[in-house]
Amino acid sequence: MPQGERELPRPTPETSHFWEGTRRGELRLQRCEACGTVYFPPRHFCPKCGSTYVSVFRASGRATLHSYVISHLPAPGFEPPYAIAVALLEEGPKMMCNILECAQTPEALVLDMPLDVCFEKINDEITLPQFRPARES
Amino acid sequence: MRPNSVAIVGASETTELGKVPTMSQVQLHADAALNAIADAGLELGDIDGIATGGHNPVEIAHYLGIVPEWLDGTSVGGCSFMLLVRHAAAAINEGLCTTVLITHGESGRSGLGRHGSSIFPSLFQQQFERPYGVTRPPTMFTIPVLRYMKQYGLTEETLAMVAVVQREWAGLNPRASFRDSITVDDVLGSRMICYPFRLLMCCLVTDGGGALVLTRSERARDMRRPPVYVRGTGESGETPLISQMDDFTSSAAFRVAGARAFASAGISHGDVDHLMIYDAFAHLPIYGLEDLGFVDRGEAGPFIAEGHTRPGGSLPLNTNGGGLSYMHSGMYGMYALQEGVRQMRGEAPAQVEDAEISVVHGVGGMFGASGTVVLTNVA
Repeated sequence: MPQGERELPRPTPETSHFWEGTRRGELRLQRCEACGTVYFPPRHFCPKCGSTYVSVFRASGRATLHSYVISHLPAPGFEPPYAIAVALLEEGPKMMCNILECAQTPEALVLDMPLDVCFEKINDEITLPQFRPARES
Repeated sequence: MRPNSVAIVGASETTELGKVPTMSQVQLHADAALNAIADAGLELGDIDGIATGGHNPVEIAHYLGIVPEWLDGTSVGGCSFMLLVRHAAAAINEGLCTTVLITHGESGRSGLGRHGSSIFPSLFQQQFERPYGVTRPPTMFTIPVLRYMKQYGLTEETLAMVAVVQREWAGLNPRASFRDSITVDDVLGSRMICYPFRLLMCCLVTDGGGALVLTRSERARDMRRPPVYVRGTGESGETPLISQMDDFTSSAAFRVAGARAFASAGISHGDVDHLMIYDAFAHLPIYGLEDLGFVDRGEAGPFIAEGHTRPGGSLPLNTNGGGLSYMHSGMYGMYALQEGVRQMRGEAPAQVEDAEISVVHGVGGMFGASGTVVLTNVA
Protein backbone atom coordinates (compact mmCIF):
# COMPACT_ATOMS: atom_id res chain seq x y z
CA MET A 1 0.00 0.00 0.00
CA PRO A 2 2.72 2.60 0.71
CA GLN A 3 3.95 2.48 -2.87
CA GLY A 4 2.38 4.53 -5.58
CA GLU A 5 0.65 7.84 -5.85
CA ARG A 6 -1.66 9.59 -3.48
CA GLU A 7 -5.29 8.78 -4.25
CA LEU A 8 -7.01 11.65 -6.05
CA PRO A 9 -10.69 12.52 -6.11
CA ARG A 10 -12.69 11.39 -9.14
CA PRO A 11 -15.34 14.12 -9.48
CA THR A 12 -18.96 13.12 -10.13
CA PRO A 13 -21.87 15.21 -11.46
CA GLU A 14 -22.99 16.44 -8.04
CA THR A 15 -19.47 17.42 -6.98
CA SER A 16 -18.16 19.01 -10.19
CA HIS A 17 -18.96 22.56 -8.98
CA PHE A 18 -16.88 21.90 -5.87
CA TRP A 19 -13.80 20.77 -7.78
CA GLU A 20 -14.24 23.55 -10.33
CA GLY A 21 -14.23 25.95 -7.39
CA THR A 22 -11.01 24.66 -5.90
CA ARG A 23 -9.31 24.97 -9.30
CA ARG A 24 -10.22 28.66 -9.14
CA GLY A 25 -9.11 29.07 -5.55
CA GLU A 26 -12.63 29.03 -4.10
CA LEU A 27 -14.09 26.82 -1.40
CA ARG A 28 -17.69 26.27 -2.44
CA LEU A 29 -20.51 25.13 -0.19
CA GLN A 30 -24.22 24.74 -0.78
CA ARG A 31 -27.11 26.42 0.99
CA CYS A 32 -30.75 25.39 1.03
CA GLU A 33 -32.86 28.37 -0.03
CA ALA A 34 -35.91 26.80 1.61
CA CYS A 35 -34.63 26.16 5.15
CA GLY A 36 -31.25 27.91 5.24
CA THR A 37 -29.15 24.81 5.97
CA VAL A 38 -25.54 24.98 4.76
CA TYR A 39 -24.28 21.51 3.89
CA PHE A 40 -21.36 19.42 2.65
CA PRO A 41 -20.57 17.06 0.86
CA PRO A 42 -22.34 18.37 -2.25
CA ARG A 43 -25.66 17.04 -3.49
CA HIS A 44 -28.51 18.44 -5.54
CA PHE A 45 -30.95 18.72 -2.63
CA CYS A 46 -30.97 19.71 1.00
CA PRO A 47 -30.27 16.72 3.28
CA LYS A 48 -32.27 18.39 6.06
CA CYS A 49 -35.57 19.25 4.35
CA GLY A 50 -35.32 17.60 0.93
CA SER A 51 -35.79 20.80 -1.06
CA THR A 52 -34.05 20.97 -4.43
CA TYR A 53 -34.06 24.79 -4.21
CA VAL A 54 -30.38 25.00 -3.34
CA SER A 55 -27.55 27.34 -4.32
CA VAL A 56 -23.77 27.24 -4.41
CA PHE A 57 -21.79 29.96 -2.67
CA ARG A 58 -18.18 30.78 -1.87
CA ALA A 59 -17.33 29.98 1.75
CA SER A 60 -15.27 32.35 3.88
CA GLY A 61 -12.45 29.83 4.17
CA ARG A 62 -12.29 30.42 7.92
CA ALA A 63 -12.38 27.36 10.15
CA THR A 64 -11.14 25.91 13.40
CA LEU A 65 -9.23 22.69 14.10
CA HIS A 66 -11.97 20.33 15.27
CA SER A 67 -9.96 17.12 15.72
CA TYR A 68 -7.07 15.20 14.18
CA VAL A 69 -4.65 12.31 14.38
CA ILE A 70 -0.97 12.19 13.48
CA SER A 71 -0.46 9.07 11.40
CA HIS A 72 2.80 7.17 11.68
CA LEU A 73 1.64 4.58 9.14
CA PRO A 74 2.94 4.52 5.58
CA ALA A 75 0.60 5.97 2.96
CA PRO A 76 1.09 6.53 -0.76
CA GLY A 77 2.18 10.11 -1.41
CA PHE A 78 2.66 10.99 2.27
CA GLU A 79 5.73 11.25 4.48
CA PRO A 80 4.84 10.05 8.01
CA PRO A 81 4.22 11.40 10.53
CA TYR A 82 1.50 13.58 9.05
CA ALA A 83 -1.73 14.95 10.45
CA ILE A 84 -5.15 13.96 9.15
CA ALA A 85 -7.48 16.64 10.44
CA VAL A 86 -11.07 17.77 10.39
CA ALA A 87 -11.72 21.49 9.98
CA LEU A 88 -14.94 22.94 11.36
CA LEU A 89 -15.93 25.61 8.84
CA GLU A 90 -17.29 28.95 10.01
CA GLU A 91 -20.47 28.15 8.06
CA GLY A 92 -21.04 24.91 10.01
CA PRO A 93 -19.98 21.91 7.92
CA LYS A 94 -16.91 19.83 8.70
CA MET A 95 -14.27 18.88 6.13
CA MET A 96 -11.32 16.52 6.23
CA CYS A 97 -7.95 18.09 5.40
CA ASN A 98 -4.26 18.12 6.13
CA ILE A 99 -2.75 21.02 8.02
CA LEU A 100 -0.14 22.70 5.82
CA GLU A 101 2.58 25.17 6.83
CA CYS A 102 2.59 23.79 10.36
CA ALA A 103 4.68 21.36 12.37
CA GLN A 104 2.94 17.97 12.49
CA THR A 105 3.13 17.72 16.27
CA PRO A 106 0.61 17.78 19.14
CA GLU A 107 2.32 20.94 20.42
CA ALA A 108 1.76 22.81 17.15
CA LEU A 109 -1.68 21.36 16.43
CA VAL A 110 -3.95 22.75 19.13
CA LEU A 111 -7.65 21.99 19.06
CA ASP A 112 -9.89 24.94 18.17
CA MET A 113 -6.99 26.95 16.72
CA PRO A 114 -8.16 29.16 13.84
CA LEU A 115 -7.44 27.91 10.33
CA ASP A 116 -7.65 29.38 6.85
CA VAL A 117 -8.33 27.47 3.67
CA CYS A 118 -5.50 27.16 1.13
CA PHE A 119 -5.30 25.25 -2.09
CA GLU A 120 -2.92 22.50 -3.08
CA LYS A 121 -2.74 22.10 -6.86
CA ILE A 122 -2.07 18.47 -7.73
CA ASN A 123 -2.57 18.64 -11.52
CA ASP A 124 -4.60 20.60 -14.08
CA GLU A 125 -7.83 18.90 -13.06
CA ILE A 126 -7.48 18.47 -9.30
CA THR A 127 -6.75 21.08 -6.68
CA LEU A 128 -7.35 19.98 -3.09
CA PRO A 129 -8.73 22.32 -0.47
CA GLN A 130 -6.41 22.31 2.53
CA PHE A 131 -6.08 24.33 5.72
CA ARG A 132 -3.21 26.13 7.47
CA PRO A 133 -2.97 28.04 10.74
CA ALA A 134 -4.69 31.42 10.38
CA ARG A 135 -2.28 34.29 10.03
CA GLU A 136 -2.40 37.15 12.52
CA SER A 137 -4.63 39.82 11.04
CA MET B 1 -39.63 -7.87 16.82
CA ARG B 2 -41.37 -10.09 19.34
CA PRO B 3 -39.00 -10.73 22.27
CA ASN B 4 -37.71 -14.31 22.49
CA SER B 5 -39.58 -15.47 19.38
CA VAL B 6 -36.35 -16.60 17.72
CA ALA B 7 -33.38 -18.37 19.28
CA ILE B 8 -29.75 -19.10 18.52
CA VAL B 9 -29.51 -22.91 18.52
CA GLY B 10 -26.04 -23.34 17.06
CA ALA B 11 -22.92 -21.25 17.57
CA SER B 12 -19.27 -21.79 16.91
CA GLU B 13 -16.07 -20.10 15.91
CA THR B 14 -13.60 -21.61 13.50
CA THR B 15 -11.63 -24.56 14.85
CA GLU B 16 -8.55 -22.36 14.88
CA LEU B 17 -8.20 -18.63 15.42
CA GLY B 18 -5.20 -16.36 15.05
CA LYS B 19 -2.86 -17.34 12.28
CA VAL B 20 -4.57 -19.83 9.99
CA PRO B 21 -2.37 -20.10 6.88
CA THR B 22 -4.12 -23.31 5.81
CA MET B 23 -7.52 -21.79 5.03
CA SER B 24 -8.86 -19.32 2.49
CA GLN B 25 -11.55 -16.87 3.51
CA VAL B 26 -14.43 -18.96 2.21
CA GLN B 27 -12.97 -22.01 3.94
CA LEU B 28 -13.04 -20.11 7.22
CA HIS B 29 -16.74 -19.38 6.61
CA ALA B 30 -17.37 -23.07 5.93
CA ASP B 31 -15.32 -24.34 8.87
CA ALA B 32 -17.32 -22.14 11.24
CA ALA B 33 -20.59 -23.05 9.49
CA LEU B 34 -20.03 -26.79 9.77
CA ASN B 35 -19.07 -26.40 13.43
CA ALA B 36 -22.19 -24.35 14.19
CA ILE B 37 -24.53 -26.70 12.32
CA ALA B 38 -23.06 -29.67 14.20
CA ASP B 39 -23.38 -27.72 17.45
CA ALA B 40 -27.09 -27.32 16.70
CA GLY B 41 -27.44 -31.04 15.96
CA LEU B 42 -28.56 -30.21 12.41
CA GLU B 43 -27.34 -31.02 8.92
CA LEU B 44 -26.52 -28.80 5.97
CA GLY B 45 -29.82 -29.74 4.35
CA ASP B 46 -31.74 -28.22 7.26
CA ILE B 47 -30.49 -24.72 6.43
CA ASP B 48 -32.84 -22.69 4.20
CA GLY B 49 -31.58 -19.16 4.92
CA ILE B 50 -28.05 -17.85 4.38
CA ALA B 51 -26.67 -14.55 5.61
CA THR B 52 -23.18 -13.13 5.69
CA GLY B 53 -21.38 -9.79 5.76
CA GLY B 54 -18.27 -8.90 3.78
CA HIS B 55 -18.65 -11.81 1.41
CA ASN B 56 -21.12 -12.72 -1.32
CA PRO B 57 -23.83 -14.84 0.37
CA VAL B 58 -24.43 -16.64 -2.91
CA GLU B 59 -20.85 -17.89 -2.82
CA ILE B 60 -21.30 -19.08 0.76
CA ALA B 61 -24.53 -20.88 -0.15
CA HIS B 62 -22.99 -22.50 -3.22
CA TYR B 63 -19.82 -23.50 -1.39
CA LEU B 64 -21.95 -25.20 1.27
CA GLY B 65 -24.15 -26.86 -1.35
CA ILE B 66 -27.29 -25.03 -0.25
CA VAL B 67 -29.92 -23.45 -2.53
CA PRO B 68 -31.52 -21.12 0.04
CA GLU B 69 -34.97 -19.56 0.14
CA TRP B 70 -33.68 -16.41 1.84
CA LEU B 71 -30.42 -14.46 1.50
CA ASP B 72 -28.96 -11.41 3.20
CA GLY B 73 -25.58 -9.86 2.40
CA THR B 74 -25.71 -6.66 4.44
CA SER B 75 -22.08 -5.47 4.50
CA VAL B 76 -21.86 -2.36 6.63
CA GLY B 77 -18.70 -3.37 8.48
CA GLY B 78 -17.97 -5.38 11.59
CA CYS B 79 -21.44 -4.99 13.10
CA SER B 80 -23.06 -6.55 10.02
CA PHE B 81 -23.61 -9.74 12.03
CA MET B 82 -25.67 -7.92 14.67
CA LEU B 83 -27.84 -6.56 11.87
CA LEU B 84 -28.04 -10.01 10.29
CA VAL B 85 -29.30 -11.52 13.57
CA ARG B 86 -32.02 -8.88 13.53
CA HIS B 87 -32.86 -9.45 9.86
CA ALA B 88 -32.85 -13.23 10.34
CA ALA B 89 -35.26 -12.98 13.28
CA ALA B 90 -37.61 -10.88 11.15
CA ALA B 91 -37.35 -13.30 8.23
CA ILE B 92 -38.07 -16.33 10.44
CA ASN B 93 -41.01 -14.59 12.10
CA GLU B 94 -42.37 -13.64 8.68
CA GLY B 95 -42.07 -17.25 7.51
CA LEU B 96 -39.58 -16.46 4.74
CA CYS B 97 -37.41 -19.34 5.93
CA THR B 98 -37.15 -21.60 8.98
CA THR B 99 -33.46 -22.05 9.78
CA VAL B 100 -30.90 -19.33 9.14
CA LEU B 101 -27.13 -19.77 9.02
CA ILE B 102 -25.12 -16.57 9.55
CA THR B 103 -21.45 -16.99 8.67
CA HIS B 104 -18.31 -14.94 9.03
CA GLY B 105 -14.83 -15.78 7.81
CA GLU B 106 -11.92 -13.45 7.28
CA SER B 107 -8.34 -14.12 6.41
CA GLY B 108 -7.40 -10.81 7.99
CA ARG B 109 -3.81 -11.69 8.74
CA SER B 110 -2.86 -14.21 6.06
CA GLY B 111 -4.90 -12.56 3.31
CA LEU B 112 -5.82 -15.86 1.65
CA GLY B 113 -8.71 -15.66 -0.78
CA ARG B 114 -9.68 -12.14 0.17
CA HIS B 115 -11.21 -10.08 -2.57
CA GLY B 116 -12.11 -6.42 -2.55
CA SER B 117 -13.57 -4.51 0.33
CA SER B 118 -15.49 -6.20 3.14
CA ILE B 119 -17.68 -3.10 3.42
CA PHE B 120 -19.74 -1.35 0.75
CA PRO B 121 -17.48 1.43 -0.58
CA SER B 122 -18.35 5.12 -0.28
CA LEU B 123 -18.40 7.60 -3.15
CA PHE B 124 -17.77 10.58 -0.91
CA GLN B 125 -14.98 8.90 1.02
CA GLN B 126 -13.15 8.46 -2.28
CA GLN B 127 -13.44 12.16 -3.06
CA PHE B 128 -13.32 13.87 0.31
CA GLU B 129 -11.26 11.67 2.62
CA ARG B 130 -8.90 9.32 0.81
CA PRO B 131 -6.94 12.16 -0.83
CA TYR B 132 -5.90 13.28 2.67
CA GLY B 133 -3.97 10.14 3.46
CA VAL B 134 -6.52 7.99 5.24
CA THR B 135 -5.71 4.36 4.58
CA ARG B 136 -6.48 1.68 7.13
CA PRO B 137 -8.89 1.95 10.09
CA PRO B 138 -6.29 3.35 12.56
CA THR B 139 -6.08 6.49 10.40
CA MET B 140 -9.84 7.08 10.48
CA PHE B 141 -11.56 5.51 13.48
CA THR B 142 -9.28 7.46 15.81
CA ILE B 143 -9.96 10.94 14.45
CA PRO B 144 -12.80 11.99 16.79
CA VAL B 145 -11.06 11.08 20.04
CA LEU B 146 -9.01 14.26 20.60
CA ARG B 147 -12.27 16.20 20.53
CA TYR B 148 -13.72 13.83 23.14
CA MET B 149 -10.55 14.13 25.26
CA LYS B 150 -10.72 17.91 25.21
CA GLN B 151 -14.44 18.05 25.93
CA TYR B 152 -14.44 15.60 28.84
CA GLY B 153 -10.87 15.70 30.09
CA LEU B 154 -10.20 12.07 29.16
CA THR B 155 -6.47 11.39 29.53
CA GLU B 156 -4.19 9.08 27.58
CA GLU B 157 -3.67 7.15 30.83
CA THR B 158 -7.39 6.50 31.20
CA LEU B 159 -7.67 5.54 27.54
CA ALA B 160 -4.83 3.10 28.13
CA MET B 161 -6.77 1.55 31.03
CA VAL B 162 -9.32 0.19 28.54
CA ALA B 163 -6.59 -2.01 27.06
CA VAL B 164 -5.23 -2.95 30.49
CA VAL B 165 -8.63 -4.10 31.78
CA GLN B 166 -9.43 -6.07 28.66
CA ARG B 167 -6.12 -7.86 28.91
CA GLU B 168 -7.23 -8.98 32.38
CA TRP B 169 -10.22 -10.70 30.76
CA ALA B 170 -8.01 -12.15 28.02
CA GLY B 171 -5.78 -13.65 30.69
CA LEU B 172 -8.75 -15.82 31.70
CA ASN B 173 -9.34 -17.04 28.13
CA PRO B 174 -7.10 -19.81 26.77
CA ARG B 175 -8.08 -18.95 23.18
CA ALA B 176 -7.10 -15.27 23.46
CA SER B 177 -4.25 -14.15 21.21
CA PHE B 178 -2.58 -12.04 23.91
CA ARG B 179 -2.87 -13.15 27.54
CA ASP B 180 0.07 -11.63 29.44
CA SER B 181 -1.02 -8.81 31.73
CA ILE B 182 -0.05 -5.27 30.77
CA THR B 183 0.18 -1.94 32.57
CA VAL B 184 -0.69 1.61 31.62
CA ASP B 185 3.05 2.20 31.15
CA ASP B 186 3.22 -0.74 28.73
CA VAL B 187 0.39 0.74 26.68
CA LEU B 188 1.79 4.29 26.70
CA GLY B 189 5.25 2.93 25.91
CA SER B 190 4.10 0.91 22.90
CA ARG B 191 4.76 2.12 19.37
CA MET B 192 2.86 5.20 18.19
CA ILE B 193 0.45 4.22 15.40
CA CYS B 194 -1.75 7.25 14.98
CA TYR B 195 -1.42 9.89 17.69
CA PRO B 196 -2.84 9.64 20.32
CA PHE B 197 -3.29 5.90 19.62
CA ARG B 198 -0.46 3.50 20.38
CA LEU B 199 -0.15 -0.10 19.29
CA LEU B 200 -1.77 -1.60 22.40
CA MET B 201 -4.81 0.67 21.97
CA CYS B 202 -5.44 -0.87 18.54
CA CYS B 203 -7.02 -4.22 17.74
CA LEU B 204 -5.23 -7.32 16.59
CA VAL B 205 -5.24 -8.47 12.98
CA THR B 206 -5.93 -12.20 12.81
CA ASP B 207 -7.59 -14.97 10.79
CA GLY B 208 -10.78 -16.66 11.85
CA GLY B 209 -14.50 -16.97 11.57
CA GLY B 210 -17.72 -17.79 13.33
CA ALA B 211 -21.25 -18.88 12.57
CA LEU B 212 -24.69 -18.88 14.15
CA VAL B 213 -27.81 -20.95 13.49
CA LEU B 214 -31.19 -19.42 14.31
CA THR B 215 -34.71 -20.82 14.28
CA ARG B 216 -38.12 -20.32 15.92
CA SER B 217 -38.04 -20.66 19.69
CA GLU B 218 -40.82 -23.29 19.84
CA ARG B 219 -38.63 -25.54 17.71
CA ALA B 220 -35.45 -24.57 19.57
CA ARG B 221 -36.63 -26.10 22.83
CA ASP B 222 -36.40 -29.61 21.42
CA MET B 223 -32.92 -29.17 19.99
CA ARG B 224 -29.49 -30.28 21.09
CA ARG B 225 -28.32 -27.15 22.90
CA PRO B 226 -30.17 -24.89 25.35
CA PRO B 227 -31.66 -22.03 23.32
CA VAL B 228 -30.24 -18.54 23.56
CA TYR B 229 -33.16 -16.26 22.85
CA VAL B 230 -32.97 -13.08 20.82
CA ARG B 231 -34.83 -10.82 23.21
CA GLY B 232 -34.35 -7.48 21.47
CA THR B 233 -32.47 -5.85 18.61
CA GLY B 234 -31.64 -2.48 17.14
CA GLU B 235 -29.69 -1.15 14.18
CA SER B 236 -28.76 2.15 12.63
CA GLY B 237 -26.29 3.95 10.43
CA GLU B 238 -24.98 7.50 10.50
CA THR B 239 -22.34 8.14 7.84
CA PRO B 240 -19.65 6.34 5.85
CA LEU B 241 -17.35 9.32 6.43
CA ILE B 242 -15.72 9.77 9.82
CA SER B 243 -15.29 13.48 9.04
CA GLN B 244 -19.07 13.85 8.72
CA MET B 245 -19.97 12.30 12.09
CA ASP B 246 -22.34 14.85 13.57
CA ASP B 247 -20.93 14.87 17.11
CA PHE B 248 -17.33 13.71 17.56
CA THR B 249 -18.05 12.75 21.17
CA SER B 250 -21.07 10.51 20.52
CA SER B 251 -22.30 8.13 17.83
CA ALA B 252 -25.84 8.69 16.53
CA ALA B 253 -25.84 5.12 15.20
CA PHE B 254 -24.94 3.78 18.65
CA ARG B 255 -27.67 5.80 20.32
CA VAL B 256 -30.41 4.73 17.90
CA ALA B 257 -29.45 1.04 17.75
CA GLY B 258 -28.97 0.78 21.51
CA ALA B 259 -32.21 2.53 22.46
CA ARG B 260 -34.19 0.41 20.03
CA ALA B 261 -32.65 -2.81 21.32
CA PHE B 262 -33.35 -1.97 24.96
CA ALA B 263 -36.91 -0.89 24.19
CA SER B 264 -37.72 -3.94 22.07
CA ALA B 265 -36.28 -6.24 24.76
CA GLY B 266 -38.20 -4.42 27.48
CA ILE B 267 -35.12 -4.16 29.68
CA SER B 268 -33.35 -1.40 31.55
CA HIS B 269 -29.65 -1.05 32.25
CA GLY B 270 -29.87 -2.63 35.67
CA ASP B 271 -31.10 -5.86 34.05
CA VAL B 272 -27.88 -6.33 32.07
CA ASP B 273 -25.56 -8.98 33.50
CA HIS B 274 -23.01 -9.07 30.70
CA LEU B 275 -21.98 -6.58 28.06
CA MET B 276 -19.98 -6.73 24.85
CA ILE B 277 -18.98 -3.48 23.11
CA TYR B 278 -17.07 -3.90 19.87
CA ASP B 279 -13.58 -2.60 20.57
CA ALA B 280 -11.57 -2.16 17.41
CA PHE B 281 -9.84 0.68 19.30
CA ALA B 282 -9.63 1.63 22.96
CA HIS B 283 -12.06 4.54 22.74
CA LEU B 284 -14.98 2.43 21.51
CA PRO B 285 -16.02 0.96 24.88
CA ILE B 286 -16.00 4.53 26.21
CA TYR B 287 -18.31 5.82 23.50
CA GLY B 288 -20.42 2.66 23.76
CA LEU B 289 -20.98 2.81 27.52
CA GLU B 290 -22.18 6.40 27.19
CA ASP B 291 -24.22 6.07 24.01
CA LEU B 292 -25.96 2.95 25.31
CA GLY B 293 -26.81 4.90 28.45
CA PHE B 294 -24.91 2.87 31.06
CA VAL B 295 -23.16 6.02 32.30
CA ASP B 296 -23.50 9.75 31.69
CA ARG B 297 -21.48 11.64 29.11
CA GLY B 298 -17.83 11.91 30.02
CA GLU B 299 -18.04 9.28 32.76
CA ALA B 300 -17.13 6.09 30.88
CA GLY B 301 -13.35 6.52 31.05
CA PRO B 302 -13.27 6.85 34.85
CA PHE B 303 -15.93 4.08 35.11
CA ILE B 304 -13.56 1.67 33.35
CA ALA B 305 -10.44 2.95 35.12
CA GLU B 306 -12.13 2.45 38.51
CA GLY B 307 -12.59 -1.23 37.72
CA HIS B 308 -16.35 -1.55 37.19
CA THR B 309 -15.90 -3.52 33.96
CA ARG B 310 -13.00 -5.74 35.01
CA PRO B 311 -13.29 -9.33 36.27
CA GLY B 312 -15.35 -9.15 39.48
CA GLY B 313 -16.71 -5.69 38.62
CA SER B 314 -20.37 -4.70 38.54
CA LEU B 315 -20.61 -4.64 34.72
CA PRO B 316 -18.48 -7.37 33.08
CA LEU B 317 -17.48 -5.96 29.69
CA ASN B 318 -15.73 -7.67 26.78
CA THR B 319 -15.17 -10.83 28.75
CA ASN B 320 -13.36 -12.66 25.93
CA GLY B 321 -10.60 -10.03 25.93
CA GLY B 322 -12.16 -8.15 23.03
CA GLY B 323 -10.74 -7.09 19.73
CA LEU B 324 -7.81 -5.60 21.62
CA SER B 325 -6.63 -8.94 23.04
CA TYR B 326 -8.83 -11.89 21.97
CA MET B 327 -8.93 -11.70 18.19
CA HIS B 328 -9.95 -9.31 15.43
CA SER B 329 -10.13 -10.57 11.87
CA GLY B 330 -11.44 -7.25 10.54
CA MET B 331 -15.17 -7.73 11.14
CA TYR B 332 -15.15 -8.52 14.86
CA GLY B 333 -18.91 -8.43 15.48
CA MET B 334 -19.31 -12.18 15.07
CA TYR B 335 -16.86 -12.88 17.91
CA ALA B 336 -18.70 -10.51 20.25
CA LEU B 337 -21.92 -12.41 19.49
CA GLN B 338 -20.18 -15.75 20.07
CA GLU B 339 -19.07 -14.60 23.52
CA GLY B 340 -22.61 -13.42 24.29
CA VAL B 341 -23.90 -16.89 23.40
CA ARG B 342 -21.20 -18.62 25.48
CA GLN B 343 -22.10 -16.47 28.47
CA MET B 344 -25.82 -17.24 28.08
CA ARG B 345 -25.02 -20.95 27.81
CA GLY B 346 -22.90 -20.73 30.95
CA GLU B 347 -19.80 -22.03 29.20
CA ALA B 348 -17.57 -18.99 28.73
CA PRO B 349 -13.94 -19.29 29.87
CA ALA B 350 -14.52 -16.25 32.08
CA GLN B 351 -18.12 -17.07 32.95
CA VAL B 352 -20.23 -14.39 34.62
CA GLU B 353 -22.09 -16.24 37.35
CA ASP B 354 -25.87 -16.57 36.91
CA ALA B 355 -25.87 -14.22 33.91
CA GLU B 356 -29.31 -14.09 32.30
CA ILE B 357 -29.12 -11.08 29.99
CA SER B 358 -26.26 -10.19 27.66
CA VAL B 359 -26.13 -7.06 25.50
CA VAL B 360 -23.89 -7.30 22.43
CA HIS B 361 -23.19 -3.99 20.72
CA GLY B 362 -21.37 -3.58 17.43
CA VAL B 363 -19.94 -0.87 15.24
CA GLY B 364 -19.48 -0.94 11.49
CA GLY B 365 -17.14 1.16 9.42
CA MET B 366 -15.75 4.14 11.32
CA PHE B 367 -18.70 4.91 13.62
CA GLY B 368 -20.66 4.40 10.40
CA ALA B 369 -23.23 1.78 11.34
CA SER B 370 -24.31 -0.01 14.47
CA GLY B 371 -26.22 -3.05 15.63
CA THR B 372 -27.25 -4.12 19.13
CA VAL B 373 -28.56 -7.55 20.15
CA VAL B 374 -30.02 -8.47 23.54
CA LEU B 375 -29.59 -12.17 24.32
CA THR B 376 -31.11 -14.16 27.16
CA ASN B 377 -31.29 -17.74 28.44
CA VAL B 378 -34.66 -17.12 30.10
CA ALA B 379 -37.67 -17.89 27.89
